[in-house]
Amino acid sequence: MNVHDRAKVDEASVLRNRDAGSLLIRATDVSKIYEMGEQTVRALDGVSLDIAEGEFVAIMGASGSGKSTMMNLIGALDRPTSGTLTINGRDIGALSSDDLADLRNKTIGFVFQQFNLLARTPALRQVMLPLLYAQPRPPDIEALARHRLDQVGLISRLDHHPRQLSGGQQQRVAIARALVNNPKILLADEPTGALDSKTSEDIMALFTDLNKDGITVILVTHEAEIAAFAQRRIHFRDGRITEDEGRGPASVLAGGAR
Amino acid sequence: MTLLDSLAIAWTALRSNLLRSILTTLGIVIGVASVIVLVAVGSGARSEVERQIAALGSNMLVVFSGSSRVMGRAAGAGTDLPLAESDMAAIRDKVPGVVAISGQLNGSGPVVFGNNNWTTTISGIHADFATVRDWPIVSGRDFTPQDIRGTAKVALIGETVVKQLFPGEEPVGATIRVKNAPFQVVGVLGTKGPSSFGRDQDDLILLPMTTARGQIIGKSQVQTDQVGQIYIKFSDGTDLKEAGEDIETLLRQRRRIQPGAEDSFSVRNLAEFMKARTEVLSTMTYLLAATSIISLIVGGIGIMNIMLVSVTERTREIGLRMAVGGRSGDIMRQFLVEAVTLCLIGGIFGTVLGAAAAAIVANAAQWPVLISPSVIGLALGSAAITGIVFGYFPARRAASLNPIDALRSE
Repeated sequence: MNVHDRAKVDEASVLRNRDAGSLLIRATDVSKIYEMGEQTVRALDGVSLDIAEGEFVAIMGASGSGKSTMMNLIGALDRPTSGTLTINGRDIGALSSDDLADLRNKTIGFVFQQFNLLARTPALRQVMLPLLYAQPRPPDIEALARHRLDQVGLISRLDHHPRQLSGGQQQRVAIARALVNNPKILLADEPTGALDSKTSEDIMALFTDLNKDGITVILVTHEAEIAAFAQRRIHFRDGRITEDEGRGPASVLAGGAR
Repeated sequence: MTLLDSLAIAWTALRSNLLRSILTTLGIVIGVASVIVLVAVGSGARSEVERQIAALGSNMLVVFSGSSRVMGRAAGAGTDLPLAESDMAAIRDKVPGVVAISGQLNGSGPVVFGNNNWTTTISGIHADFATVRDWPIVSGRDFTPQDIRGTAKVALIGETVVKQLFPGEEPVGATIRVKNAPFQVVGVLGTKGPSSFGRDQDDLILLPMTTARGQIIGKSQVQTDQVGQIYIKFSDGTDLKEAGEDIETLLRQRRRIQPGAEDSFSVRNLAEFMKARTEVLSTMTYLLAATSIISLIVGGIGIMNIMLVSVTERTREIGLRMAVGGRSGDIMRQFLVEAVTLCLIGGIFGTVLGAAAAAIVANAAQWPVLISPSVIGLALGSAAITGIVFGYFPARRAASLNPIDALRSE
């Protein structure tokens, strides 16, 4: 696996080098503080972080480490309490809810542990969902959805409802949905948490392929085996980054000396 | 997200909880059905009353003998003088605006033609009767003043009598026997339909006043110049209230009634009387309107309740929609569309149910059924408004969810 993996990493590095310098996410001294009754919880405590386009990053940490909060911020689902976070050049602390929705729609594709597919809805319509919210709406959204289902190997299942699909197939539908609006970031939150190890490996292989094609993959996980697929692993504990391993030349270049 | 997308989502959501959707919408069904019944029956009844008023004859006053306050009070001897030809003549000569005037003296008895016989109302009238009552002669001719003066043995017959005595035959020119005396039918009266009290107004025959009084109705009981009631038609624009007062003054003088004493007759405007009944009807209409508003409110609360349940159940779905780019406005609109769709479906069923109920009521009461497109528009409109009003709160709750919490919910 090591040799195989290394080869993939090398290819990815080549790609990243081609895009070197295009910074996608920059967190500067980001904190997130929750008030819970009398208690104040510092979920993120002054985190700074750069992620360049084309990277394959795993965000790791135990529960309560701040990794989920970081994911919510990178996913433009939330705004930082202090510090600045820019995604694709836009400061999410300064955006309205509607602008955040548009940013999520166009720039970020979400993949969840529990797939979050709509009940009683065929795969094709699941994948079309983000396009229904796109403004302006691209022409022929059905063809776009079909293309993405083909890409994840489910073109023969486009009429199937979630109940008629296996867990791995459901997650593939969810990935097709995440890709359909051609986002820059694929943000996956424990994407293999509900899958067996064989299926998990298939899904991770798919992420690796997608990353090779140029999309930035950010993986939130607590499993080291899954994180091993990523080229770069960022460890969180108590709301801070404790380790940032495998930081590629691209992000070093993009981020400079920080 | 277009309206059509929202509709498709709403439809899927409603169908996936079919029984719940149906039960929820029942309140709206009932509310809308009562709106339909209310308007259809209300306007049907009103048009029926208007028809009855028109059937009475327009610009008309009626003089009855006997005090209008006879009920519950013993009238003094001799105060209940019958109305006479001379009273009629005096009214015609002295009250301004009289166009036509006729007495009507009622009796009843058997009428025979061939093997058919029928007991009906027999009325003695003057030549102007058809004009006064706006009652057309549909075949044959009306009475002439000569018929009246000459105590002619002629008759005008109502539609019901035609049906009873002349099934499939031409009545005009035939000779019928009224209380065993031969009369020639000279004309047939147009159909008036039932009166406001349900009496068949077409079940009668009319004879010249003079003939009827002398030979048919009273003989011994009736005084020689008695005329029964007096119907007076006034020219358009006559103030009927003033005319009524003129008649009252005139008749009090003629009967030498002392100031302060009760009238021994009464002057009535039947159309006014009918209009008063219309007002009773509109009171009932308000009552029905209140009922339908209440059921729409109750139905709306049911909708709100079930929409809140739906928002709670679908919190994760809402979170997902927000994560993939749904704006608060999109979520809000989706749930509003869902509530309105639910109400409109209820509205359509309610319209059908209400139309059926209105048809049954109208059929039973022999009113015309009045279900116009505007009534259906009103009914569906009120259903839609109910959906918007009661869907607003659940929709706003859905739209104001935090996507992170929504995604994390079970």
